[in-house]
Amino acid sequence: MINLNIIAPEIFLFLSIATLLMIGVFKQNSYSLILNLSFLSLIGTGFLIFLNFGVNEILLESFISDPLSSFSKILISLSCLFVLFSSQRFVKDKNISKFEYPIIILLSVLGMFFMVSSNDLILFYLGLELQSLSLYILASFDRKNIKSAESGIKYFVLSALSSGLLLYGCSLLYGFTGSTNFELIKNSLNSGNIGAVFAMVFILVGLAFKISAVPFHMWTPDVYEGAPTSITSFFAIVPKVAGLVALIRFMDSPFKNILEEWQIIIIFISVASMILGAVAAIGQKNIKRLMAYSSIGHIGYILAGVATGTNSGYSSSLIYMSIYAVMNLGAFSCIYLMKKNGEYVEEISNLSGISKDRPVLAISFLIIFFSLAGIPPLGGFFAKFYVFMSVIESKMYVLATIGLLTTVISAFYYLKIIKTIYFDGNKFKLDDSKSLSVNGTLFMSCFILITFFLYPSILNSLIYNLFG
Amino acid sequence: MIEIGLGHYLTLGAIIFFLGVLGIFLNRKNVIVILMSIELILLAVNINLISFSIFSGDILGQVFTMLTLTVAAAEAAIGLAIIVMFYRNKGSIRVEDIHEMKG
Repeated sequence: MINLNIIAPEIFLFLSIATLLMIGVFKQNSYSLILNLSFLSLIGTGFLIFLNFGVNEILLESFISDPLSSFSKILISLSCLFVLFSSQRFVKDKNISKFEYPIIILLSVLGMFFMVSSNDLILFYLGLELQSLSLYILASFDRKNIKSAESGIKYFVLSALSSGLLLYGCSLLYGFTGSTNFELIKNSLNSGNIGAVFAMVFILVGLAFKISAVPFHMWTPDVYEGAPTSITSFFAIVPKVAGLVALIRFMDSPFKNILEEWQIIIIFISVASMILGAVAAIGQKNIKRLMAYSSIGHIGYILAGVATGTNSGYSSSLIYMSIYAVMNLGAFSCIYLMKKNGEYVEEISNLSGISKDRPVLAISFLIIFFSLAGIPPLGGFFAKFYVFMSVIESKMYVLATIGLLTTVISAFYYLKIIKTIYFDGNKFKLDDSKSLSVNGTLFMSCFILITFFLYPSILNSLIYNLFG
Repeated sequence: MIEIGLGHYLTLGAIIFFLGVLGIFLNRKNVIVILMSIELILLAVNINLISFSIFSGDILGQVFTMLTLTVAAAEAAIGLAIIVMFYRNKGSIRVEDIHEMKG
């Protein structure tokens, strides 16, 4: 008997997407209705995932539901909920409030759900493509804007190439191990199998592209800058969670026996991302481009945790990812508030001296950028602390040293923004904002970052238990 | 007569795959050519999958191929839509004209 309960969240999400699509087609001007209904369906999905928490079962040998997948699905749906929630005002102002907008976001979330709980190459590839195809559309959603169109084209070309590489890897893996099932692949792999190592490299390239790790990061700054800010915040958080969990699952299940070959590449990618993220962000004038390089750097730290190949390393990178999601939600809420004469502005120079007439916004920027820089006692510090602890436990001292050095370098550009806000002359006046959703998200994010040090064990014990 | 074996099919797949990758990086003229190169990559994978499937007597590879074909069609449709949208804004789809953002 097939137990459909373990796939219930996906079925529910799919049915609600289909219903929303029908409502959108037959009802005029239904954007706000569909947005509210998509909040409800995300909450319902989250509830169903919550009911499945702790289940450890495999459906039809290809769909796995274990604590890791349940946790990442909850993280994905929560961050997607807040991205949609905080961007309501922006979407209205930018005139991209079409009913397709929440539906396509939900579709990509569905793809990510399949990515994180796949136990089979075919299901994994299909989930990844469902996610990517939705993201191509989202990147170019502001279709009257040439920058958005261009970011769509760039993301499409590079992402399709990386999916192609990943698929080539999948085909080789299928050929050299004779199966697409992760368990069977794991059993028939060993480091003597050169073809499978070759396939592993291709799959890793595809995954590294999805989480924008160096040297496959070239799309990130352009897409972040060109896409509408609401979409940028989605890009910065949600697909990265899915990509990271898929990476961990590949490492934990099919490639467990060739861990050493895999580790060398991950260490290289991690070091390169940390260095590039720290150095390239220094000269940026556009805050969205800066966030792009900052996210590349953060992915470097997350991969340092993955590179250890131990359960504590995986847990530390998941903790980092959760805190990173909170920090980015806050940072993008701040960016929504950068509004001058009714226009959204992105140049960092517009923040000059805003501490005088917008003290609350200035202090939120302070908290979030200090946290991104990893200054204690904010949440970002603990994230880095756990990652470096597990890296040092695995005796990878060089990796830890490079990570600490790049943390110092990257603190420079975060502090430069703080300096612009607090000590530069007041040249501009930003509009006041009364948007409850943005301010609420910003408050929540700052609150979590400040109070994280009181009870870090809530998140920690939850995540450490995921890996048994 | 040469016996056509698995190796030949894999070599063919690899050649087509690298032609596709080169097509993306060397092409300086038209975005449509990039779309064709992406299609080449996916079809090379299909050759791989089918030949593995035939030579190992396992049906899964052929199932995978059918799904890949579907994905390739969807990808081409979305890619063309994005290119049309870019053309409406810019009036050109030359690769050199995609340079609004740099840095």
